[in-house]
Amino acid sequence: MDAAQLLGAERIIENQNGNDQYLTFMLAGEEYGVDILRVQEIKGWDSATRIPNTPSYVQGVMNLRGTIVPIIDLRMRFNLGKLEYGPTTVVVVLKVDAQDKTRTIGVVVDGVSDVYSLNKDGLKPAPDFGNDINTDFVRGLATIGDKMVIILDINKLLNTNDMNVLINLSTKEHKVQ
Amino acid sequence: MSIDLSQFKQTFIEESLEGLDVMESSLLNLGEGTANLEVINNIFRAAHSIKGGSGTFGFNDIAQFTHVLETLLDQMRSGERPVTQHAVELLLASVDCLRMMIDSIRDSTNYDTEHASNVKQQLESLLENRDQQQPAAPKSPVSTTVVQSPSGWLIKFSPHVHMLKTGNDPVLMFRELSNVAAVEIKADYSDLLDFSDLNPEDCYLRWEIRLTGEVEETAIKDVFAWVADECDLEIIPLQRNEPSSQIASDNADVQHKQAVTHPEPVAVQAEDKSHAAANENPVPLPANAPKITAPVAVANSAANKEAASIRVAIDKVDQLINMVGELVITQSMLSQLGDDFDMEKLEKLRNGLAQLERNTRELQENVMRIRMLPISYSFNRFPRLVHDISQKLGKKVELKLSGEGTELDKTVMEKIGDPLVHLVRNALDHGIESPEMRVKAGKNEVGLLQLNAYHKGGNIIIEIADDGAGINKSKVINKALQKGIINSATEVDEDKIHELIFRPGFSTADAVSDLSGRGVGMDVVKKNIKELGGSIVISSTEGKGSVFSIRLPLTLAILDGQLVRVGDEVYIIPLISVVESLQIKKSLVNQLAGKSELYRLRDEYIPVIRLYEIFNITPKTTEFEEGLLIVVESDGKKVGLFVDDLLGQQQVVIKGLETNYKRVEGFSGATILGDGTVALIMDISGVIAMSKSIKKHSQSENASGSKDAAA
Repeated sequence: MDAAQLLGAERIIENQNGNDQYLTFMLAGEEYGVDILRVQEIKGWDSATRIPNTPSYVQGVMNLRGTIVPIIDLRMRFNLGKLEYGPTTVVVVLKVDAQDKTRTIGVVVDGVSDVYSLNKDGLKPAPDFGNDINTDFVRGLATIGDKMVIILDINKLLNTNDMNVLINLSTKEHKVQ
Repeated sequence: MSIDLSQFKQTFIEESLEGLDVMESSLLNLGEGTANLEVINNIFRAAHSIKGGSGTFGFNDIAQFTHVLETLLDQMRSGERPVTQHAVELLLASVDCLRMMIDSIRDSTNYDTEHASNVKQQLESLLENRDQQQPAAPKSPVSTTVVQSPSGWLIKFSPHVHMLKTGNDPVLMFRELSNVAAVEIKADYSDLLDFSDLNPEDCYLRWEIRLTGEVEETAIKDVFAWVADECDLEIIPLQRNEPSSQIASDNADVQHKQAVTHPEPVAVQAEDKSHAAANENPVPLPANAPKITAPVAVANSAANKEAASIRVAIDKVDQLINMVGELVITQSMLSQLGDDFDMEKLEKLRNGLAQLERNTRELQENVMRIRMLPISYSFNRFPRLVHDISQKLGKKVELKLSGEGTELDKTVMEKIGDPLVHLVRNALDHGIESPEMRVKAGKNEVGLLQLNAYHKGGNIIIEIADDGAGINKSKVINKALQKGIINSATEVDEDKIHELIFRPGFSTADAVSDLSGRGVGMDVVKKNIKELGGSIVISSTEGKGSVFSIRLPLTLAILDGQLVRVGDEVYIIPLISVVESLQIKKSLVNQLAGKSELYRLRDEYIPVIRLYEIFNITPKTTEFEEGLLIVVESDGKKVGLFVDDLLGQQQVVIKGLETNYKRVEGFSGATILGDGTVALIMDISGVIAMSKSIKKHSQSENASGSKDAAA
């Protein structure tokens, strides 16, 4: 039995208990979580090749053992301002379902934090902020101790079509300012 | 132990389809009345091996069908029957029919049995027809008794031990002989081992065959043509009065008066595994003989989708093995060096690394060559196509193929097939005129269609040339005016006309036929070619003919790239689109309407694209004198790309950006450089399109921008 199968088996058990595991990471002081089974690996930041005429949060593409993987800066994706990349900057490589295939995408975060086991019932839906803030990619909010963790739906977050929508949103915001 | 026949079934299908291709092309070479023996023999051999194979695998309907076909061919071969146009057409129809049958086996589907039996009936009626016309002609006798006749042959047939493994079955050959003349077969099993030592896949038997009747020696040799390398064959003519007992050996207890029966039971033990499946009327097998029907059934039930396989010439594989051998040697040398390395061995290490580089490159080139196939795979279908279509249209066309040996990537070949068919159909339908019109125009009434392929630079060029009417420009212009694509006839030049031809829905045909005229097609042709990274150019002279030349990259996986630097970024320009690189003389740069820059290159003005502008990056320099201009060509248009610096040239492996991201305008993909970083590969036509849209955008912005500046 290989690791993936083990993980799968574990997942079934977890699901029976109604618990899922989440990997959390930090972004500008807030803690965000993603389904741990979506995480392929975590690696240090390495230089990426920029792709011209792409939104600023697309850091470019990276060579991940022969595969070309796009790198998304989540800080910039959420308009949290840019942080200089240092030795502790981390890329979380995620597997994202897009239409009929799985894409591998790396996201740059400030640092990985923890792994939590969460009960489905513990997830509160994100409040509706109206049209100004798109909360589609938030699967829910969880409370761990006295902290709030934002659980992301990465399929929605990193879908390339959705990226385009977000560009429109951010440009609109600029105009408002 | 039994032989699983299913593993050979795929081979049988592939070989049969190839055989059919051979038959088809040979049939097309078979002009009326000219009984070229070599050509007929070719067809006959192909038919024969299909028959043999289908018999072995139990596809009796195919075997029976081919048998009728073979009889007809045999009569042609012996000159008993003239090669008529009708017969050739019928043979072509049978080839189609056989192809349908074999396809149905491959896909495990049912074929149109009615059509098959219809064709078969036609063949049979043709055969009977001959018999009525020439009742005196000797029909190949299938007699069941040995007739003492004035002359005959004694054949000593000693197969090598491994003959059965090559898929040859003596029974089939004997049956074949019995079709030619009356036979008397004696088996010599003196070499047979003890049952315990017996390898059931080996052949221990020898045969003596006495053939009586007037038979050509070549006819006998043909029967054994397949096993010529796998046996010792002696063919001795028999004298008139030689008694048959002379050749009877002591141990020849078993005589087969009729060759269609199976070898005697002792032989069965040794061979039945390969035979019995082939046996249409199997004799009762000894109880200990294993059953062989099961594997065949398995083979039939297995899902038989067309396997994407490739046939590789053995010399290519041998070369690869040699290279891998060299690579291994280099590797062991290097690892030895690394075991106890000191600076004195540095030179050795360098040499070793250089050798490694050479080995790797050679290996890469040769692995790529495996995917390369001669374009004849694609060209071979055209003789038939041209034959059929020209007949349908009542035109006389001669097809000339050249450069069939030119190799190109299998994927490219598969994708270029349909566009080529379309262009050939077009040439036949629109290009070449009817014989009357050609005579009126003072041309030979037989039109000439040429297909040519050759390598040029990193490309393969395929030309489809006809000596027909050429493109009727006024007709194209009128049609375009009619459809409202253009406004006046004056604005149309040569290029524009060619562009019009490739427009979707554009056709100048007066009537829509089932061949062409719907205006669908040329646009698809262009699209397919573009998808492959190629281009198509038309040159046409009214009344003289047209030439369509398609330029295609040799392979899709690897390209020769020119590395350039813009700011901190490295980009790759496909070397095939690079015309030249030069230092810019500022005096040769001209401004057009304040925004567009033109560079005078000898007697041409080419637009300059500043790459940093369209890619939105900070360059090292914006001064023309400090950078370089790379002149590239795409779609027949030249542009100059302004870059900071020129780096090396290297072969790069193309990786798609779509796999994990999406298509990016101006880039066809990415690659990984020697240092592990990713570099983007530029798509020149995309870059040109981008620069156009940016210029338009900035112009409109300028118009509105002045207002903003004031506010």
